[in-house]
Parts: sequence; C-alpha cells; structure tokens
Amino acid sequence: MFDYQFFLEVLIGGLLSGIMYSLVALGFVLIYKTSGVLNFAQGSMLLFAALTFVSLVERGVPFWGAFAATLGVMVLLGVAVERTILRPLVNQPPITLFMATLGLSYVIEGVAQLLWGTQVHGLDLGIEDSPFEVYGVLISQFDLFAAAVAGSLVAAFSLFFRYTRIGLAFRAVADDQYAALAVGLRLPRVWAIVWTAAGVVALVAGLLWGARLGVQFSLSLVVLKALPVLVLGGFDSIAGAIVGGLLIGAIEKLSEVYIGPYFGGGIEGWAAYVVALGFLLIRPAGLFGQKLVERA
Amino acid sequence: MSYLKHLKSAVIASAIAVGFALPAAADEQYFPLQSYRVGPYAAGGTGFFGGFIDYLNLINIRDGGVNGVKLTWSEGETQYEVEKGVEVYERLKNNPGVAAWNPLSVGIAYAMIDRITQDKVPLITVNHGRTDSTDGRVFPYVFPLLLNPYSETSGIVNYIAGKLGGQDKLKGKKIVVLYHGSPYGKETIPIYKLLADKYGFEVQQIEVPHPGNEQQSQWLEIRRAKPDYVVLRGWGVMNPVALKTAQKVGYPVDHIVGNVWSNSEEDVIPAGDAAKGYVAITTQASGEQYPVVQEIVKTVYGAGKGNLEDKKRIGSVYHNLGIVNGILNVEAIRIAQGKFGHRTLTGDEVRWGFEHLQLDAKRVEELGAKGLFHSINVTWKNHEGDGYVTFQQWDGAKWNVVSDWIAPDWALLRPIIEKSAAAYAAEKGIKPRTSEEAPVTTN
Amino acid sequence: MATPVRNTLLVTPERLGVLLLLIVAYGVIPVIGTGYLFDAILTPFLALSLAAVGLNILTGYAGQVSLGSAAFLAVGAFAAFNFNLRVPGLPFVVSIVLAGLTAAAIGIVFGLPSLRLRGFYLAVSTLAAQFFVQWALTKFSWFSNDNPSGVIDAPPLTLAGFAFTGPIGRYLFSLTIVVVITFAVTRLIRSQTGRNFVAVRDHETAARVIGVPVLGTKLVAFGISSFIIGVAGVLWAFAYLRTVETGGFNIDRSFQILFIIIIGGLASLRGAFLGAAFIVVFPLILSRTGAALFGGVFDSGVLEMSQRIGIGALIILFLILEPRGLSALVDRVWDWVRPRRAAALGGATPRSFFIRKLQPKGRT
Repeated sequence: MFDYQFFLEVLIGGLLSGIMYSLVALGFVLIYKTSGVLNFAQGSMLLFAALTFVSLVERGVPFWGAFAATLGVMVLLGVAVERTILRPLVNQPPITLFMATLGLSYVIEGVAQLLWGTQVHGLDLGIEDSPFEVYGVLISQFDLFAAAVAGSLVAAFSLFFRYTRIGLAFRAVADDQYAALAVGLRLPRVWAIVWTAAGVVALVAGLLWGARLGVQFSLSLVVLKALPVLVLGGFDSIAGAIVGGLLIGAIEKLSEVYIGPYFGGGIEGWAAYVVALGFLLIRPAGLFGQKLVERA
Repeated sequence: MSYLKHLKSAVIASAIAVGFALPAAADEQYFPLQSYRVGPYAAGGTGFFGGFIDYLNLINIRDGGVNGVKLTWSEGETQYEVEKGVEVYERLKNNPGVAAWNPLSVGIAYAMIDRITQDKVPLITVNHGRTDSTDGRVFPYVFPLLLNPYSETSGIVNYIAGKLGGQDKLKGKKIVVLYHGSPYGKETIPIYKLLADKYGFEVQQIEVPHPGNEQQSQWLEIRRAKPDYVVLRGWGVMNPVALKTAQKVGYPVDHIVGNVWSNSEEDVIPAGDAAKGYVAITTQASGEQYPVVQEIVKTVYGAGKGNLEDKKRIGSVYHNLGIVNGILNVEAIRIAQGKFGHRTLTGDEVRWGFEHLQLDAKRVEELGAKGLFHSINVTWKNHEGDGYVTFQQWDGAKWNVVSDWIAPDWALLRPIIEKSAAAYAAEKGIKPRTSEEAPVTTN
Repeated sequence: MATPVRNTLLVTPERLGVLLLLIVAYGVIPVIGTGYLFDAILTPFLALSLAAVGLNILTGYAGQVSLGSAAFLAVGAFAAFNFNLRVPGLPFVVSIVLAGLTAAAIGIVFGLPSLRLRGFYLAVSTLAAQFFVQWALTKFSWFSNDNPSGVIDAPPLTLAGFAFTGPIGRYLFSLTIVVVITFAVTRLIRSQTGRNFVAVRDHETAARVIGVPVLGTKLVAFGISSFIIGVAGVLWAFAYLRTVETGGFNIDRSFQILFIIIIGGLASLRGAFLGAAFIVVFPLILSRTGAALFGGVFDSGVLEMSQRIGIGALIILFLILEPRGLSALVDRVWDWVRPRRAAALGGATPRSFFIRKLQPKGRT
C-alpha cells in the first residue's frame, strides 16, 4: 500500500523548500537579465544583509528600523559594486565578470564577518513554526509564510518590469545593450538600480533563510542550491526561477526519500545537480531561458 | 627571496610570542594553539580556545606558573582546515618547550598523528579524535581524553535507558540516529548496532548531507518512523536546523538527545523556541558557579586579560570545555614535574605526565572544579581516562544539569578498540608497547 | 592558421632559465632549506602548481570551464591509495599512473556534457562532478579501507626502489613528478593535439570546418587534464598532508585552483606556477606581517578575514588591470628589460578566448 499521505507531505515540503531556493535564484536572475553577469556574490550579499540586520536588532534597533537601515546599506553596496567592479570591466566577457563576482563574494564575506563578528545569531521573525495538518498531511506555517513572501516579491517584480518606465529600461538593456545606449538609456544608472534590487532580494532571502538556519557563515552556501534552479529554469527568467525552484525542491526531497535509501541516503547534495545536468542535455537553455545564439 | 622575508617575520613573531611571558630568566612551557576563530565553526573555536587561554592565564597570574614555570602560548588560525592546521604545526613545532598539541579538530588531529609521534610530543584530542587511540600501547602520544566516540554512544544509550526505567526497558524500543554526512558522523554506526543487539532495541541511522541546511525529508522520515528517541549526531549548522525542523514536523524536542558536538549554546540559540527542552550529553557542566570559573572571572577578567570578548559566554559549554582542557594539560605538567623536576619539560616527559593523569573526585574538588567535571584516570594503556558524562537540558536561556554522572560501558568497548588498534599497528609496522617504558617503533 | 599560445620554452634564454631553475631546485634548495620550507611551502606549491597545469589545459587552452577540479584531486588520491593497498607488489609509481588514469576516465565521463553545453552551463554541470565525487568517496567506506573516520594515510613514497622519506625526500619526489609532467605538457601544447585545443577554444565551428575532431578533442582535453589533476591529488595527499579526508577536497579547493590559473594567467604554463606560488605564499606573508606589525592586538580571526578580503580584492584587481595574469605582468617587466621582445604579442587573452565561447544575444 503506497503511503500517499507521506508522499504528499514530502512533495509539499519539497515544493515549499523550493520556493526558498527560488528566492535566492531571483536575485541572480535580476542581475543576469540586465547585464549578463552571473553574480556568484549573491550568497555573500545574503549573509551580509542578514548579519547586518541581526546585529542591529541585537543592539536594540527595532525591527523595521533595522530593516530600513539594512536596506540602505544594500543600496550603498549596489552602487559601490557598480562603480568599482562593473564599470572597469564593462567590455569584458561574462565569464570574466563571473570570476570577478567570485572575488567579490570573498570580499563581502570577509567584510561582513570583520564588521559583525563570526558568532552565530538567532533570527526570530515572529512566526511560530508549529505544524498544522490538512487532511492528515503536515504543512509548515513558516514555509507557507515564506512562499507568500516569495510569491509577492515575484509578482511585484513582474509588475515592475512590465508596467514601469524603469522596468522597461531594464528589459531594453537586457535585450540589447547597444540599442539601449543608442536610445539614451544610462547604463550605469540601470545597473546600479539592478544591483540594488538584487540587494533587496538578498535581504528578504537572508531574513527568511536566517530565520530557518540561524545567521552564520554557512548561510552563503545557499547559493549552491540556487544554481541548479537557474539551470533548470533558465538564467534570465523570473518565471523560470519560480518553476525551477519548485521542481528542484520537489525532486530533491522526493529523491532523497525514495531513491536515497538505495544509496544509503544523503544524496540530496548532488541529486539536484545531476537532474539539472540531465535536463541541460535535452534543453540547454533551461525551461524558460532564451536560447542563446551560440556562435561557436 | 620571500623565504628571507619569512624568516624575518618568523623571528619577530616568535619573539613576540615568546616575549609574552614575563622575566626571561624563568623556565617556560609552551602551548602551540591551532585555533579557529573564523569560519563555520568559529563559535566553538573562540569558546574553547578562549577557555583554555583563560585557564593558562589563571595559573600564570594566581600561581606564577606551574611550580614557577610560566606557561606561554601562541595561536595560528586554521579555520578548521586540515592543511592550515598542518602549516601551523610545521611553523610552531620548533619553538622551545612544546608541551602538547590541542587542535580540537578531527581532521587536523589525524594529519598530525604521524608527525607528533616522530616529534615525540603528545597530541590531546579531548572528547573527540581517533577512537582506537584510546589504546595507549599502539598510540603512545595520542590522548582522546575524557571521552572517545564509542564511550559517548554508550553514555547516551545508558541515559536513555535511565529515562525509560532501566536497561531492560530498552527492549523493543526504537531509536533513530540522525548523523552528519561525514566520517565523524558515521563513526559510531557499528557501536549503535552493537548496543542495539545487546539490549534489544531497534536503531535506524539517517544521514544528513553536509552542511545540513535542509533536513525536511529526513525529519519527515523520522515522523513516519515514530521513534522513541532521536539522537542528534550533528556539527555546526546541522544542529539548529535539526531542532527547528523537528518542531516543524511536530517531533517532541525533549525526546531528542544531542551528542557532545551538538551540545552548546551556539547550537541551540539560533533555533530559538524550538530548542527548549532539548537534552544533550556533556563531559563538563555549564555555568559560572564553579569555584575555578569564579576565580577566572575575578583574577583573569578582573585584570583585563580575559580572552572572551563577550563576557556573557563565560561558563558556556565550549568555554568550560576549554577550562577543563586547561586543567588536564596543566595537571599533566604538574604531575610530570613531580617526577622530572620543576623545569621546562620535554614532550616525552609531558607524555609521561599525561599517562599518570589521575584526578579523583577529591583532587577535582581541590582544583575548584567539583561539579564541573567528574574525574579522570589515564594510564599508559588507557589514554581516554574513563571520563564520566552528564546530561543538560536547555530551557531557552541556559543549560541545566538533569542527570547524575553516568559511566559509559568501558568494559564492553575495550575489546573493539583493541582490535582496531591492533589492525592499525599491523598496517603501520608498529610494535605495541608491553610496558610503560618508552614506545618501540620499527618504522 | 592560429598560432599556438606563445610558448616560453621555444626561445633559448628561457630554456637556459629553466635549466638554471632546475639546478637550483635540485641542487641548492635541498641543501639550504629548512623542514618548514619543504613541508609547508614548497611541497604544497608543487602539488597545487601541477593541479593548475592540469586545469589550465582544460580551461586555458581548450576553453572548457570547470569548477570541479577538487573532485579529481580526490579521485587521484583515493585511487592511488586503493591501488597501492589492494594490489600487492605494485610499484608505487604504477599506482600513481593508474590513479591518474582513473581520474582521466571519470573526467571524460563528466566531460561528456561539454559536447552540448558551453560557458556557465558547463561550469555548473562540472559542479555535479564535484558534489557527486565527494559524496561517493565519503559514503562508501571501501574507498577509505573502512577507516572509521574516512581518512586515508599515506603509503611510503618509492620510486625505482628508493624510498623518499623526510621533508626533503617528499619534496624531491614531488619535484620530479612535476618536472616530468610539465615537460610532457609542453610537448603536448606544441603538438597537433595542443593546436586542436586552441582551435576548439577560439572558434569551434571553424575548427570543425577545417577538420579538427571537436568532440574527440574536448574529451581528450578533459581526460588529460583530469589525469594531471589526479596525479596532483596524489602529491597533495601523500607528499604534503600525508593524511587526508574528503572534506579537504571541497568546492573551496576547486575555486582555489581556478584562482591560481586566473591570477597566474590562463593558457600559460608559467602562469600555473606563478599563481600557485602566490596563493601559497600570500596568506603566510599576510599573517606573518600582520602578527609582526600588530602583535597580539588583532586576533587570528581578524587576520584571516583580512586575508579573505585581500584575495578577493586581488582577484578583482587582476581581472581589471591585468586579465592575463602574473605571467603577463612578468612579461611586461621582461619587456622593459628587453625591448625587442615587446614586438610579437600574439597569444590568448581571457577576453578573446571567451568572447567567442559566449555570445549572449547578439552582443559582439
């Protein structure tokens, strides 16, 4: 007798986990969409945002005050990154920029821990994580909350891209940088805004993940979970980040529970990557990604 | 060319390190510290090395050293990485008067075993390390003091038995061990099986892949399996995530028993409310009320030489472990000095001291550590020392001791340890010692 | 026909330089060096340089980005351990060769995606190798001979009957292997295969048109690169650390090797060595000068974080100022000294080699 209830539990748990991955992937997509850069530093930005927030709260700053202050810091970070890294490297190929973001991630991690210390912090967002059951299937309150937040963020960004002038500018830049330049869009400004937006996403994701794991060094490792999501969904698609996240989350958990025992367990770490890899071989640009015109 | 630069910096650095001690005329005993104050395990590292240094400072300030011999030390950051640990070892090993190595890291300890055996300096792996190094006949220089992984397992099972009303009540019960996906995590699988066979309980091992950020599926499985107890054999971020995920799936937290690397404030604080009621094993109780900790606060922190930046962490699990480790190291030196004289000792002499490190309850009380830890009885054959364990429960703000001192089942474990040590000896061509005399190696 | 990458060993003054270097390495250093120099600086430097040479073949010359090199270090180490342990009487050198071949085989398997993928997608897929290999070596205790802590100990290093023990012995052993393989690689680069690598990297379609077997070339690149990295893994595990666990072969290690070839200079053998020297020595210098200047004021944690920031900043700086790495920097200095060499400046730069690989949406 197949245990449907358990299966549903694992599936739903996986889908909700996946939303958390999507949140991290969202930051990547924003930047990649508009500048073609795969920002490996997204994970450390997450860590930095979470650490700053938590340290302010621990020093007595009220929740929303700390949130606003951290937001300000992320804006500054975005502007700084654009000025010091993106501008000098503006004509370099994407992989060079990727390496630069790798270096940037080291810098941000170092600064974060130098400033705020290396201790572990708890982060309480006020959501009780007691489970509730729907027809005997277990669902987590916190995960639902996170899903709601992620959903609204995605909706907000989608609307933003579609209906505002800046959003239009973003899409123009993403489509063709030179044409955008030709019609008078100021690229540096656009990029600074994009990186700031990614910083905001990092803040939200950092708070949610920090509440889940505690705020400490390994928080920046969530970026390794986001990469298969990007591969599956396409590097430059917001919808892809969501769908990819859901898929990866579900596949990861289901494979751990049902396939894992044949290997002795513990396959979650690479299952997502192998799935992404397999998928890539069939559809190299991901589910929703734009097909790259590869002039080999 | 950069070598000369090294040489110069090394000279300056060691001068500063050695110059840490007071009047140069006095003899000194040196502790090289492969510490980790950054990286994923920084919280434990700062606590442990902080406590260790605090105790050394106490001895220096209050007693003027051990019988007049000042204690000195210097730190090299390893970030808990093996090759950094090795690099620090190579760098610091030629300083005069090295007493012992205390890396607090399984990986680094393993990499050092051959090296320190050649250098003839003891390696102390308190509460962790290579289980078979308990057999001092094959590992003359390695000391897994107080608790090795097998004893820890036995201690946990004995505690659970106690909670159920006796070892006979274990029969038919179910225990899940949630372990970290690393060799450390897997190390005790055979012992759980052994004890399960002996007492008749069912044991299921579930792995959490490193680093343990995601445990959804594992805890859903646990929910399905409905065990009576879950043993958490975690490390780092896996611990708070485990507790939070347990809450998420509704498993009662007071039925989760943590092992000795899942037992600290840093493991439970990030989990917030989810950790209230969680129980974990420990070889040293937490708290500031013990006389020796009080003395450290008064003497060392009073003089502004306290090592911990955050004074609230005084008396925490890792800090106290560092203090206990300090006590063990210093007493070994004291005992060795009793035989060899009040002067700087060689590594071999310190080893002799460790092999006679017998602190009974009375001596522990004299040292101001009554209730902090129980006792230790190291011999040349038994490098673990038969440490006792107790269990603490987290109430949201601090740890409270909830059990008497429990003894692991050493007699049951010793034959397995000897077998494993014998295999190692055969592989390496080591002739096990037959008496207390200096070891004989043939390689 | 594209000229191969500027080959530093063709010109006689450099050949002389290399000879001199070898004489110093074999004759002078063992006499004057300390144990610390060998055990903590030179031996890891040699192991990392060899790994960088291997990765450079794949990423620098053949243009296939790989983020999973640490996995192959691990494969090499564990394979050599197992061959040495389980096949009685096998000479140690043969174990090393077999280990390299094992790494090559696995490298080819994980290199198969390169037939369909490029750029970021390929890079991410190499991470699959990284995580899977690490998991497999930890999970199946057979690989570590059922050691309860999953750790393997180094067997004695023997070459043609001589046992290389002690810091100097291990250094000489590593040095010999590195020299032999590097020499072989220089021949490889100048051969047809080497030219095929560069052709595939620079313009895959054109290469196919002129008859270069693209698929085979890519797989050969993965194979040879993994072989060399596997051997480097043996050196790292057995000559340097002497006790290894799988934790040391994580993604940070892969990044470290990648940083080495970026800092040293892609598609440059000399760059592999320069980069490795930098990566090994920089943290030590930083912590020593830090400790010397600031003494006990800053704890080791602060120094460590500063080092992290330093390395990150240097990567960015190198990418901005000198994308062709230390190797090109050295050349600039050399050119200052010898003006006539400033003439021919062919050879690959990261820019040209990647610009053809990744053409996002019509950007030129």
